[in-house]
Amino acid sequence: MIPAAFDYHRADTLDDALKLLKKYGDEAKVLSGGMSLLPMLKLRLASFAHLVDINRVPGLDYIKEEKGTLRIGAMTRQAALERSDLIRTQYPILADAVPLIADPLVRNRGTIGGNVANGDPGNDQPAIMLALGATFVARGSKERSIPASQFYKGLYSTALAPGEILTEIRIPAPPPKSGGAYAKLKRKTGDFAVAAAAVQLTLGKNGAIERAGIGLTNAGLTPVEAVDAAKYLVGKMPDEKTIAEAAKMAAAKSSPSADRRGSVEYKKEMARVLTARALRKAVQRAGGN
Amino acid sequence: MSEPRTDAKICGMGHSMKRKEDPRFIRGQGRYIDDFTLPGMLYMDIVRSPHAHARIKKINTARALKIPGVLAVIDGPTLAKYNLHWMPTISADTQMVLPIDEVMYQAQEVCAVIATERYIAADGVDAVEVEYEPLPVMVDPHKSLAPGAPVLRKDKEGKKDNLAFHWQAGDKADAERALAASDVVISENVYLPRIHVASMETCGCIADFDTAQGKLTVYMTTQAPHAVRTVFALVAGHVGLSEEKIRIVSPDIGGGFGGKVPVYPGYVIAVAASVVIGKPIKWIEDRMENLQADSFARDYHMKVELGAKRDGTMTSLKIKTVADHGYANASANPSKFPTGLFSICTGSYDLKHAFCEVDAAYTHKPPGGVAYRCSFRVTEAVHAIERATDALAQKLNMDPAELRMKNFIKPEQFPYKSVLGWEYDSGNYGVALKKAMDIIGYDALRREQAEKRKKGDLMGIGISSFTEIVGAGPSRDFDILGIKMFDSAEIRVHPTGKAIARFGTKSQGQGHETTYAQIVAEELGIPAAHVQVEEGDTDTAPYGLGTYASRSTPTSGAACALAARKIRDKAKKIAAHLLEVSEQDLDWEPGKFFVKGAPQMAKTIQECAFAAYTNHPQGMEAGLEAVHYYDPPNLTFPFGSYICVVDIDRGTGDVKVRRFVAVDDCGNIINPMIVEGQIHGGLTQGIGPALYEEISYDDEGNISGGSFLDYYVPTALETPHWETDKTTTPSPHHPFGAKGVGESATVGAPPAIANAVVRKSASGRIRVATAMTTTMRTIERPAGEPV
Repeated sequence: MIPAAFDYHRADTLDDALKLLKKYGDEAKVLSGGMSLLPMLKLRLASFAHLVDINRVPGLDYIKEEKGTLRIGAMTRQAALERSDLIRTQYPILADAVPLIADPLVRNRGTIGGNVANGDPGNDQPAIMLALGATFVARGSKERSIPASQFYKGLYSTALAPGEILTEIRIPAPPPKSGGAYAKLKRKTGDFAVAAAAVQLTLGKNGAIERAGIGLTNAGLTPVEAVDAAKYLVGKMPDEKTIAEAAKMAAAKSSPSADRRGSVEYKKEMARVLTARALRKAVQRAGGN
Repeated sequence: MSEPRTDAKICGMGHSMKRKEDPRFIRGQGRYIDDFTLPGMLYMDIVRSPHAHARIKKINTARALKIPGVLAVIDGPTLAKYNLHWMPTISADTQMVLPIDEVMYQAQEVCAVIATERYIAADGVDAVEVEYEPLPVMVDPHKSLAPGAPVLRKDKEGKKDNLAFHWQAGDKADAERALAASDVVISENVYLPRIHVASMETCGCIADFDTAQGKLTVYMTTQAPHAVRTVFALVAGHVGLSEEKIRIVSPDIGGGFGGKVPVYPGYVIAVAASVVIGKPIKWIEDRMENLQADSFARDYHMKVELGAKRDGTMTSLKIKTVADHGYANASANPSKFPTGLFSICTGSYDLKHAFCEVDAAYTHKPPGGVAYRCSFRVTEAVHAIERATDALAQKLNMDPAELRMKNFIKPEQFPYKSVLGWEYDSGNYGVALKKAMDIIGYDALRREQAEKRKKGDLMGIGISSFTEIVGAGPSRDFDILGIKMFDSAEIRVHPTGKAIARFGTKSQGQGHETTYAQIVAEELGIPAAHVQVEEGDTDTAPYGLGTYASRSTPTSGAACALAARKIRDKAKKIAAHLLEVSEQDLDWEPGKFFVKGAPQMAKTIQECAFAAYTNHPQGMEAGLEAVHYYDPPNLTFPFGSYICVVDIDRGTGDVKVRRFVAVDDCGNIINPMIVEGQIHGGLTQGIGPALYEEISYDDEGNISGGSFLDYYVPTALETPHWETDKTTTPSPHHPFGAKGVGESATVGAPPAIANAVVRKSASGRIRVATAMTTTMRTIERPAGEPV
């Protein structure tokens, strides 16, 4: 549990950080909350000659709604999301999920940027971002936007280029008659999900589903977007039969691996159960039945 | 005993005195091994095997030795020069300290790096290159015991199988006859998985060989410092270590639970390194080393058969066990009891016929197993009988509480001689179960459960009525490596009436500094606040076997009371001298002697103490102190009844403990608050294995559950609100009627949970299985149903 030696650099501005990343290339890694990186270093599963600490970089810690978009700074701690009235009242999918992330100590340090950018399919927020149709803003030599649906490339592998830092998460503010929910099963406090489902949907005037997004946590090498199930829902009344069918379709998209949290069979079944539960709750929150 | 005899100032037995040790713990001022730094100290870190079985082809240390600050790499051949590459286990088996040619389990010590800094030692470990040739791995104890299995312990001359030992108790033919004559017989396969104590502090030591004096001091995380000193003297005598030149110091310990009884290879390597290099060497395990390489607990595969008459009267019990001991039998058990006190398996029931046997297997896993808060395999025994009792109740369609009540040993049968040879000192089982049923509202819960079942909701109610057996033990039967299992106390009363008391035991969080002081206060009337308790330094404390198996109060606690009574006897003579009366004219109340009929004529214990050094009677030795080595006449038999209610999520199999009522009986209580704390901790360590914790291995011997990422220790959020209560049945033979209580809850809780969760349906499938019965949860319901 003792890491190999590394040099520590504290960046005071985003430009400083980007300069350091450019200078050290592959040998450098951004340190934000450190809740995934530090254990990896201590277990010597990863080793970087240079850590670039962005904790002192100003202007990356905010939660605000502007022009129909929720903007969250990448350095926003999970604990801040947990305490945010805006999140609690307007984004129940996040309000469901954040208190279930690891434990209070981790949430005090861990950031939403680190959670979505690390490329760990066990993290909770990537699936939520897929369900919400979020966009990630990255800064390198210039600024660019990457839709969450195009961000996750493989295990710990993302669309973020070397030398880029994720700076902001943008989420379209849900229109009226929207609802979201996150249903997670974990063995115990602090553990990653056995399985979890993120659902965000909007109902139309007649009560039928107008838009739906479904993401699954720990259901494969990357966060899984259940596109077919979401498409299936559009235009249908959110009754029990529709929900059951969509949950089945979502679970079919999962390809979990067996570990101490359960067998493949069990985890796929949990993906189905949890998707159905998240759908029911999302419908209820959207004002449906 | 309900009301304390002493006032709050004296704070003898029965007072919930706040723990004297807590101010330093709460302020972060405890002194644990890793808090010590000695001048010139070096650091050790260990290279461990990634393979469960492999030949070591080559250990290349060149790259490691080039790192500035890396001083040495110690391997098996280095130790072989001093004949220290093998060592005995506590169970008189042998295990490697460091291997010469083969590794026998994953995470086994391969070699050790000595460096000037802890970080450099870790870099050194990373730089050592070991070439292995993987060999076939045996992980299944049943396959290991099958005829023709390849022999694992080739080091043992003439060994032709993998049986570590066979042990049995009772009359097999008689038990089988009685089973055959029973109206009903149930057969249950019960597996208690391999688990780990996972104490908050890992193991470690500082070995400090003083070359000038030729004296070795080892500061180490040990529950049994005196026994360790003797073992070191016996196994390392040939390299010049002599017992008077060995000092073991066990400082504050962050939890032991049996895991700090064994001597692990790391300690021995550190000692050898310090003797050779002549500098203090510190070795501290990390969490993963602790979980992966230190002794495990349980790992008992039990087949339980229980017979009964149609009316529910239990007739006969038979248990066949395959025990997985890993590559060496490193159990921490008394010599005559290789399976501990497993033959307590007839439990709280009046069984006239019983037989149990254990076949211990070698496999390619870490050696063990330790007695994890289980009073020497009593957890296994209680689980077997309590699970079987519920299975029998289900088969007879009888309420499990009623079945227990019917079969309990009756109060008038004590002292009760069990068919497997124990003499239960006392008990009153029906009262404890009735109390637990009243507290939880048993009948109403059964009605609710019946309603829920109609709707398909899963709600479980589980009972466990356990009998513990603790306080080893009488010297006629109990020894560890030949050393009898007495324990000791030494009390010295100072001239100003304050006292220091030292013991052969060693607290790891149990609160000895408080409870022993309260015993002295009870017996002598010296306020507990004025009694300094010390343990763990073999240069100062009297010899004893240490703290485990709930033995401290039954043995050293008894010794403490008897030593104090010796002091009181002497003080009485002094009081008579001071009051110029005859001893027969004096009476005692806590804190003073007074003349019968003239209570104003009195001498306090403090006045007697002062006189013992300033004005003692002619012909009497000065001073006021005593030593007592206590050899208990029997073990003590605490018991209890636990009932829990669980709600199970039909969709996910998730188990939530709704309520848990624990009624314990540990005889007379020294400090009710500490007893309650012990029970809370024990219950939590009971639900851990029942619902969360397990270490398992794949076919290649790779560990799963070797870090806190996947070894699921319950947190406060998983822990239900414990509802505790007690009955009081004093031990008839203990000097103040106490029984050990440290392990009751860990022993009693798992079957209560299992009985609430596991229920066989008509198809024979288990409704919801947790870690206790399979490696994963399974749900008995059609996949795909609406949930």
